[in-house]
Amino acid sequence: MTSTRQEARIVAADKVPTIEIIREFDAPPAHVFRAHVDPDLLAQWVGPHSLTTRITKWDARTGGEWAFANDRDGEEIASFFGSFHEVRPDERIVWTFAYEGDPDGVALETITFEAIDGGRTRLTTLSVVKDFETRDGILSSGMDVGVNEGYEKLDALLAKGA
Amino acid sequence: MDETTEQLNRVFAALADPTRRDLVARLAAADATVGELAEPYDMSLQAISKHVKVLEEAGLVTRSKVAQRRPVHLDAEVFDLMTKWIERYRRTAEERYRRLDAVLSRMSGTDQPQEDAS
Repeated sequence: MTSTRQEARIVAADKVPTIEIIREFDAPPAHVFRAHVDPDLLAQWVGPHSLTTRITKWDARTGGEWAFANDRDGEEIASFFGSFHEVRPDERIVWTFAYEGDPDGVALETITFEAIDGGRTRLTTLSVVKDFETRDGILSSGMDVGVNEGYEKLDALLAKGA
Repeated sequence: MDETTEQLNRVFAALADPTRRDLVARLAAADATVGELAEPYDMSLQAISKHVKVLEEAGLVTRSKVAQRRPVHLDAEVFDLMTKWIERYRRTAEERYRRLDAVLSRMSGTDQPQEDAS
């Protein structure tokens, strides 16, 4: 692994229930984008570590729909579905993201692919959910990633050794 | 819910308020009395006192019984709990993106996605 790669950074807003994950990749935006829209590639990395991802519906274009399931030992553990609101090649994907177990809870995710120096990519995923409780629910389910509240100040505080 | 989860709920709820986060940031520098804490705010002493009480119930601060001063003290150990909790989710994201790193490195040099049958 190269030394230029950064670790995933998580930022959650104070006043709106959002989770933002920022990460850089040693690959151009076109590749990172393709890893998001090609179902065979996506299945290789998305989802929890301990589970396998089975794509059940995939139409990665504006107005298209998607669905995938996570299995452990051939048994389905969880499934997710949504719509591709906008697919703009190599730049941006906006999709809805819903967990089958919580049909009223839907996240709106904006994934941005930004070209940075050295043919690399900064990937930003911003998830918006309807309220803070929903965000907590996502977190405690272990199905998604993020932080409960917007604790940038707290991060700074912790960095100071508080 | 186990005890840790309940404490986390209280801590996160306490810190969801910007005034309380500000109080915590100031207490990180030094202990202070409620009066001292209230000074910069356009807020009654009672309001600040209430905020301190929430922090106290969350286990974030303690108030010593020294004389009449009763300074508020930040209990930094609680932050370890939060850091661990946040770090767990950060790690999950990082693991996922490491797999994406691997996929991307397999892609480099190819112009078409790999469509192998495996």
